[in-house]
This record gives sequence, C-alpha cells and structure tokens, in this order.
Amino acid sequence: MKIKFTFWKAVFLFLMVAGFYGTLVRFTRGLGPSTNLNDQFPWGIWIGFDVLCGVMLAAGGFTLTAAVHIFNIKRLHPIVRPTILTAFLGYVLVCVALMYDLGRPYRIWHPLVMRNPHSVMFEVAYCVMLYTTVLSLEFSPIVLERFHLQKPLKIVRAVLIPLVILGVILSTLHQSSLGTVYLIMPEKLHPLWYTPLLPVFFFVSAIAVGLAMTIFESSLSSKYFGQQLELPILQELGRVLVVVLSVYGILRFEDLLHRGLLKMLLQPGYEVYLFWLEISLSLLLPLILLSQKKIRTTAQGLYLAAVLVVLGFITNRLNVSITGQESVVGRHYIPKWTEIAVTGAIIAAGFALFGLAVKYLPIFPAEGHHEKTEPRPLPATPVLGHAGD
Amino acid sequence: MSKALLYDATVCIGCKQCEGACAEQNKLPYTDAVAAEEIQSEHKFTVVLTKGDKFMRRLCMNCAEPACASVCPVGALRKTAAGPVIYEEDRCMGCRYCMVACPFSVPKYEWNKLLPRVKKCTMCPDRVQAGKATACAEICPTGATKFGDRDDLLAEAQKRIRDNPGKYVEHIYGVNEVGGTSVLLLSSVPFEEFGYRADLTRDPLPMYTYRVLSRIPDFVPLGGMVLGGVWWITHRREEVDAAEGGHGPENAVRKESEK
Repeated sequence: MKIKFTFWKAVFLFLMVAGFYGTLVRFTRGLGPSTNLNDQFPWGIWIGFDVLCGVMLAAGGFTLTAAVHIFNIKRLHPIVRPTILTAFLGYVLVCVALMYDLGRPYRIWHPLVMRNPHSVMFEVAYCVMLYTTVLSLEFSPIVLERFHLQKPLKIVRAVLIPLVILGVILSTLHQSSLGTVYLIMPEKLHPLWYTPLLPVFFFVSAIAVGLAMTIFESSLSSKYFGQQLELPILQELGRVLVVVLSVYGILRFEDLLHRGLLKMLLQPGYEVYLFWLEISLSLLLPLILLSQKKIRTTAQGLYLAAVLVVLGFITNRLNVSITGQESVVGRHYIPKWTEIAVTGAIIAAGFALFGLAVKYLPIFPAEGHHEKTEPRPLPATPVLGHAGD
Repeated sequence: MSKALLYDATVCIGCKQCEGACAEQNKLPYTDAVAAEEIQSEHKFTVVLTKGDKFMRRLCMNCAEPACASVCPVGALRKTAAGPVIYEEDRCMGCRYCMVACPFSVPKYEWNKLLPRVKKCTMCPDRVQAGKATACAEICPTGATKFGDRDDLLAEAQKRIRDNPGKYVEHIYGVNEVGGTSVLLLSSVPFEEFGYRADLTRDPLPMYTYRVLSRIPDFVPLGGMVLGGVWWITHRREEVDAAEGGHGPENAVRKESEK
C-alpha cells in the first residue's frame, strides 16, 4: 500500500513524535522536569486547556442530542452523528490528558470508592466518568450498524431517550461545575472572572461553543472528507449561536454592573486587556459578523464566526484557570515545551481519530440518506427510526 | 476541645529551633542550607521569616473549615476534631486541587518525584493525640509558639493586646480569617509585611462551592422531569401531525427556513 505523504500527515507525524517524547519525559522523570508547574502554579495547560477546554469543545454532543431527540428538531438530524463522535473523542482525550496531569494516575479510580461529596472535583469526576459511558453508548449504534449487530442495536435504541436525558443532565452538571471549581478561590482569581455566576457562565458558554464546534467540524468535514455541506443546517445553528452569545453577553455585563466593575474595564491593566481580548473574540466580533445576513448565510462567514467563538472561549477558560490568577500569585506561568508537545499530540490524535472514524464508520449520511431521515412519524414507534443517531 | 497554636512574634528571637524540631518530627533533612531558605516547601513545613529585628512564622494554619479538605475528591485531607488538618497519602491521586484552593498556598508538592505526595504541616497529629504539644511549641525557648486549647489561647491573645497598649497590631490573625484557623498570630508589625493577606474573607471557603453543589440532588430529578416532559410533548405533537396529514409546525418551520 502506498501512503501519500501530505503536508498534514507530516504535521501529524511531527506532533506525535514530539508528544511521544514528552510522554517519555513525563512518565520517567515526573511532573517537575516535564512541566513548568510549581507550588505557585499547580495547574497549567493540561488542566486549563486539555481538561477545561476539552470538555467545553465537546459540548456539542449534549446540545445537539437534546435538540434532536428531546426537542424533536429533526432537520438537525444529519449532523448529530459527527457531533456525537466529536464529543466522544473529546471526552476520551480529556481522560487521557488527565492521566498526564494526575501525580499518581494509577489512582484515578479512587474517587469511585473514596467519596467526598463536598468536593466539586468529586462531582466532576463522577459526571465525566458517567457521561463518557453515556457517550460511548450513544456512539455505539454507529459501530454496531457497521458490523450489522442487530440485537445489541435494538437494545441501545430502546434505551436511547433515557440515555440522552441522562447525558444532558450530566453535561449540565459538570459543564457548570468546572466553573464551580474556581468558586473556592475568591482570594486568588481576579474579580473580572471570579463571580458567583461562574457555573452559569461556564454552562451557557459551553452551549455556544458546542454550536460553534458543530459549525467548525461540519465545515472541515466538507472540505477534507468531501462531505456535502449542510448549509441550511449551519445557517440555523448560526442563528441560535447569535441568541446564545447575546444571552451570555448580557449576563456577563449585568454581572459586572452589579458587582460595580464596569469602570474597571476602561482602566489599562493586564487583566483588562485579557478581558477585552476574550470578549472581542468570543462575543463582539462573532456577533458583528453574524448580525449581517450576507455573512451569516455563507459557509465562510459562519466558519469564521465559529472559529472566533471557539478561540474566544478558549481564552476565557485560560483566563479563569491561569492568567486571571497570575497577579495574586505574583508570577507568570508559561508552559514548558513538553506540556505543549503532549497537548499538541492529543489534539492531533483527536483529528486523526475523527478522520479514521469518518473513513470506516457510517458517520455522515450516505447519498440520498436525506430523504430517509425526513420525519415519517409512526405513532407506535416514535423514536425507533434512526434512534441511535 | 480543639487544640491550637498561638505565635507571638514579639516574643520570638528568631532562633529557628522550631524549624529544626519540625524537620526532625516530619523526618525531613535540616541543614544550614535548608535553615537559610525562607519559603515553605515540600521539605520545609514551617519557616521563621526575619526582617531586621522582627520575626514571623509561617506554617499551615490548620483552618477550622479547611478549603483543602473540602475540595479533595478522595478525602485525603481531613480536619480532625483535635484541631490538626491531616493528610492520608495512600488516598491521594495527585490532582492538586488542595494547592489551588488553599487561601494561604500552604500545601506543597513533591514535583521531582515520580510518585509525588502533597506535603504540609499537619500540626503533629500523633503528638496532639497523645496529649503532647506540637514539636515546634515544645522546643520554643521563649514561649513565642504556645500550644493549648484554642479558646484559652484566644483569651490569652486578647489579654496580651489589652495589657500592652500600642505594642501589638490590634488584630489576632486567624480568629476570623476564612472562618477561623487553629493557628493564631500576634505581631507588632502589620501581617502583610510577612506575606499574610489582610483581605481574606471571614466566610469559610467551602461554603462558596457547597452552596452550588448542594443543589444537585434537587436538580437531577427536576431536570429529568423537564427533559422527559419536553420529549413527551414534542413527540405527541408529531403523532397529532401524522394523524392530521403532516401539516404540523415541524413542516411549517421547514418551509420558512427554505424561503
């Protein structure tokens, strides 16, 4: 078999080699030599990016399954499978990243038996574990279909709706709880980010990013996997994105208003610059773009807005988890090359696994599949049609 | 009765014998090089800071309601009834949330070990259990660090401030900070000069996360009901549509989006 050596394959290979070397350093020499973490900065990008952003970027899974299976918005159906795939891969990779960051990864099962219900981390651990299980079940019909295993397929489809509901509840809980994690540090996190509403902000922004990621991955899939672009669907997601972003923006500024911090936004300062960077990327620019019909209805415009939203909320998560604490800590944290290498390899693995899944599994609707997914409601079996999707 | 430590910086002579006793108690190396270090670390649980002729100790405050213990997902850190906040290393998986959560940044990590542990002063729990003073209090030649019941020590600290007008800063550090601590400090210079934060809240920090967490048990059945209800309603609409020939809102919306 001849392997075409393309640019992206070279990038992938480079990231994997660097990541492998980073992995060696991490697991043979420990956290100290492999990271720039220290007693002042115990959490770096493996938590701030890999875990916080990883979970956020995978939020499309619960958003889209809720829209299609609970709210019965059938026209979004064709994009549910790629979204579930993204979410499933996202959570698996978050768990992988966690194994790097935990000081003693072989004890990752400890929260199962040593419970502290007062700990947000305990709750997040349980939710992520359960939701990853739910996602693997939501994903399973795709694999089962591929191998024509009718019996287990029937079982999964029968429990699909309770499964989706459980998934939405678990996601709501841990997406918001990742914000609650930081409520314990009113003394360390800058007031531009520390607010009692942090869990609400994390949850609402997760929905926005879930939608943006769905637009992003659909655009990429159409470019690289030759999938037909579902433009009408993306246009609709763009519209919903405008609403979610607006709600988030109003909440965010109302919160600053009530805490008397609006004046601070005009004074120069490290945190204020970071705040405006975050707000510009996540809210201002995307809203300006999406408010114009010419942009909102084109594939390129939607793609650009989605990328900005994703980058903006990545900035938000990094501000909360790293940069927003630098003033109190009194020093900057800059990740070591090994930390970046491992993170890069994990992202690369995500893209590669997505590509493999698209190649070998029925992720995207086949040609002419469209007509088949049209609502053809049968009162007796309302959810069995393409229930596993 | 909960035990505590009272450290009176005006009585301290900076001999650092507490540092040495602490190292011995916790089986840590104590050399001249270590003695010269002025920061708490994984091999130095207490430090005596020197600024001219003023001294100040830093050690784990052993909070009444410790943030570290409340955030630990596996319960490796725990406040004991006797006062000490102890660490069970066999439970710890190394998430380091305790380090992030501690308002005094006390817990330290063995960054250079392959199987690292969290390290901090645990207020000599074995000694306290046996009815003895902590190692640092026992060795203190001037009585600057005193061990006893928290209530008694608090009364004594208040008496010292009252009896010596102008000698002390009018504040006992640790009475109210983050809901109170088992280490109480007296000083003639502002505590901030030695890195103690003056702006700490009086609320116990675990409250901030628990008031969100405690709503979860109510949210789960409620969320399930709402989502299940929405599903029931939206799919009922579909059944009606089917019965009436498929001109329901679903199709109406599609037509609109195609315009």
